[in-house]
Amino acid sequence: MEIFLLLFFILVLAIFLGLELISKIPSTLHTPLMSGANAISGITLVGALSLDTGSNIQMILAFCAITFASINVFGGYLVTNRMLRMFKKK
Amino acid sequence: MIDLDFQIVQQLGYIFSAMLFIYGLKMLSKEDTAARGNLVSSTGMFLAVLVTIVEIINPLLVISAIVLGGLIGSIFALKVKMTSIPEMVALFNGFGGLSSFFLAWSEFNNLTTSSLIMLITYATVIIGGVTFSGSVIAFLKLSEMFKGGNNFLNQASRWFLIFSLIFIAIAALQIVVSSLGIYSFNFEIIQQVFIALLIISILSGLAFVVPIGGGDMPVVISLLNSLSGIAAASAGILLTNTALIVAGCLVGASGLVLTLIMAKSMNRTLYNIFFVGYESSGSSSAEIDGEIKPISAEDAYLVVESARSALIVPGYGMAVAQAQHVVKELGDLLEENGCEVSFGIHPVAGRMPGHMNVLLAEANVSYDNLLEPKDINPKMDTVDIAIVIGANDVVNPSATEEPGSPIYGMPILEVHRAKTVMVLKRSMASGFAGVQNPLFFKENSRMLFGDAKESISKLVAEFKD
Repeated sequence: MEIFLLLFFILVLAIFLGLELISKIPSTLHTPLMSGANAISGITLVGALSLDTGSNIQMILAFCAITFASINVFGGYLVTNRMLRMFKKK
Repeated sequence: MIDLDFQIVQQLGYIFSAMLFIYGLKMLSKEDTAARGNLVSSTGMFLAVLVTIVEIINPLLVISAIVLGGLIGSIFALKVKMTSIPEMVALFNGFGGLSSFFLAWSEFNNLTTSSLIMLITYATVIIGGVTFSGSVIAFLKLSEMFKGGNNFLNQASRWFLIFSLIFIAIAALQIVVSSLGIYSFNFEIIQQVFIALLIISILSGLAFVVPIGGGDMPVVISLLNSLSGIAAASAGILLTNTALIVAGCLVGASGLVLTLIMAKSMNRTLYNIFFVGYESSGSSSAEIDGEIKPISAEDAYLVVESARSALIVPGYGMAVAQAQHVVKELGDLLEENGCEVSFGIHPVAGRMPGHMNVLLAEANVSYDNLLEPKDINPKMDTVDIAIVIGANDVVNPSATEEPGSPIYGMPILEVHRAKTVMVLKRSMASGFAGVQNPLFFKENSRMLFGDAKESISKLVAEFKD
């Protein structure tokens, strides 16, 4: 149980850090920020990699989890990069 | 001993990748550093995957899934048109949620007795499922494949959400009761409830987004973005994985900040957006005086040609007509003509946060020319001509003049105070809020009807003659 309390502690700190980090953002960057943050949420890939693949159903579930997380990671970073390269100043 | 050492390396790797995510996000929120920020954050992701992948049990399955997902994601990202970015971001949000959904489902299969940890499994499944199916509906609405439900569907959706909440509460109670040993349920029953929960969480996502109108999509996408992060953080607690918790929370927080910015830009509460909608929040009864004054492209040219300062206000209509490149061309011609040109960008113009900025960036408009309402409104009286391109509610003066209006109090671009306003519009249909726009009837307004791209192309042609 203590480990969960510790994890909740990390969770709360990370949320506050995130709120402070993002609070000032020019509207120019709303879309890239969202799509860049979206790519980060593909971190589930890391969790999906360590899933059990003992039974058939678990193999299928792990395969799906990894595939969708990878779409999110690769697609998210690439499209954010594509957008940001277009943002120019005179 | 070797195992233990590796775990330490892995944890250190996660800490370092968390630092990269934090630093990357910070850089992503400033124009000059944004592109590098994205690179820093992707390095963090690479590191986190690297220290995890070393100890995988089933390399064939893992590698093939990554290659498959990577290919699909890359093709999407490189092929998509800039005008379709909103629907693609919506879809990617959904895939993140779906991944957490599968992850928690798989973890559930490892359990043989009920424990309080199951509550976290439930939470992950619900948040992940809602994020996925909600994002699919958002995707369909944004790509105009699904126009939105009728009244019956909207009512049914809301009742279904209430039913889902009750079901979830009972399922959670069952877990609490049986893991505290108050009453022991057969584990098979718990498994059946879990299967029902999988289905209900997917259906709830549909029911949640179906009734929400297209104009509220910027808020919905931001919220789904936040939820995809929260789902990852919840999965992180389930797997006791710190990388998931920290990264997930950062995304959850940034999505939340955007959601609140969007809601504030519409002067509405989240409750009103998600559960009431515009249709029932009162209607405008005021009569509108004045008449519509349509003009031709030739006359419009004469107006624009004599202007010394111009403000271009794009809206969803510019995105639909894909007019960003001709708009940029018009801006350049005006500047050659000695006119000072700037762009007025409302935070909720378009269908996602920053939609207009992305389109204009694609057309090479410099971002320091893009002004927010608070920067341009004080100078509005000195603007010779405001050119409104397919925007409606974000320039509706009712928001400042008419206390009974559903959009009263929403911060707008006050183009009606410019010397002349030229509105490019396809027809007289009202905007997403379903509110009449008195701007079109004002003394200083001129309407140029037609497809935005064609109308501007005609203006550009007049300039070149």
